[in-house]
Amino acid sequence: MTRVVLPHHLRSLARLDGEVQVEARTTREVLDALEAAHPALRGTLRDSGSGQRRPFVRFYACSEDLSHVSLDDPLPAAVLRGDEPFLVIGAMAGG
Amino acid sequence: MAGARVLVGTKKGAFVLTSDQRRQDWKVDGPHFAGWEIYHLKGSPADPDRLWASQSGGWFGQVVQRSDDGGLSWDAVGNDFAYEPLEGREGAGTHQDFDGTPKPWEFTRVWHLEPSLTDPDTVFAGVEDAALFKSTDGGASWKELSGLRGHGSGPQWQPGAGGLCLHTLLLHPTDEQRMFAAISAAGAFRTDDGGASWLPINKGLLSGEIPQQEAEVGHCVHNLALHPSRPDTLYMQKHWDVMRSDDAGASWYEISGDLPTDFGFPIDVHAHEPETVYVVPITSDYFHVVPDGKLRVYRSRTGGGEWEPLTKGLPQQHCYVNVLRDAMAVDAFDDCGVYFGTTGGQVYCSPDGGDSWQCIVRDLPAVLSVEVQTLR
Repeated sequence: MTRVVLPHHLRSLARLDGEVQVEARTTREVLDALEAAHPALRGTLRDSGSGQRRPFVRFYACSEDLSHVSLDDPLPAAVLRGDEPFLVIGAMAGG
Repeated sequence: MAGARVLVGTKKGAFVLTSDQRRQDWKVDGPHFAGWEIYHLKGSPADPDRLWASQSGGWFGQVVQRSDDGGLSWDAVGNDFAYEPLEGREGAGTHQDFDGTPKPWEFTRVWHLEPSLTDPDTVFAGVEDAALFKSTDGGASWKELSGLRGHGSGPQWQPGAGGLCLHTLLLHPTDEQRMFAAISAAGAFRTDDGGASWLPINKGLLSGEIPQQEAEVGHCVHNLALHPSRPDTLYMQKHWDVMRSDDAGASWYEISGDLPTDFGFPIDVHAHEPETVYVVPITSDYFHVVPDGKLRVYRSRTGGGEWEPLTKGLPQQHCYVNVLRDAMAVDAFDDCGVYFGTTGGQVYCSPDGGDSWQCIVRDLPAVLSVEVQTLR
């Protein structure tokens, strides 16, 4: 199982505490699994029509920025093993 | 529970304020959706326990929330606002950007939710970039009424300072086919066929900010109001000028009269007196605060032209707040209550039609919208 950590606003929207676990081997599968299990998240991570990641949403894992790699690339092995989480981050854009 | 329920949208969440019919002692509940911008909340006239909320933010986009128990609990519903392709234009077409160049239509947020007067499952959403959507399944799905954006003038519409937004929708009290919409900065529009086609209704408006001051479209209309007993009479707060129409928008005339300034955002009508109108004058288009540090609501009992300041209970020095376009409402009790919220986070109530005011709550985040439900 892949461990996913969501930012506070999305955890409260989906009524989640702590990490979420999903069956996923790619970023696309993470997003598909999150939206299927928690429909309130639809449209908040990626545009419903185009599928594009929202500009202020970033994906990190294993100290790497995965935001711009292909959605269909395999996730890092440590994430697939469950040793490291897949992080969904609201980009820093405050004052 | 009989009484008043005030629905407050703010920059950082929603609040529900409740009182009995005396409207003296208030309970403040919130924040709901803490940290999100709540542009608007509104209750269904057909089922007062059904509430709608527009929840949005720069990071995670648009969410629409629905409550079926008067705001005690909420559930996210559909949030897919897809623009329809327009005949004769490429895809969904373009409008003008701030600099006058063409820009493809792009959904940003829901500014205003207007529930049907008769069907709890039907609700309209006015959005940015300016378009009107309708749901008939309790918010699960949304379909654009594209005849509005498809009007021939659509490619010339341009944003106001807040964006190109459809912020006001008035439903005719008895004719479901007739609606009035206002867009910044395109102007006012009317449909007589349930939203399939729309007519610009801006004759008589004068705007110095556009090349042709009397143009058919391009006016920055800030808010519209009507009284259900006289649905052909419309009141308008424009960028500058307070206006009135007695022919369902076919023509307008100015009623700014003796107001200290005719710039402002909200306008509303007394629940039982169709010639009693309320506005909140703002200093100017470059200084969006009340004039002279004094928070004054102005009331006309003559349908405009002659205005009196209402000040009892409102700060009359060192006050520099704004009152936004959707942040004023009236209840329907025998003594009509008037409510408004400020960008300073205060929500005021007058239980006597504006004669005196009390501050219900003082230090909320900046208030974006205020609606009130009259619960009997």
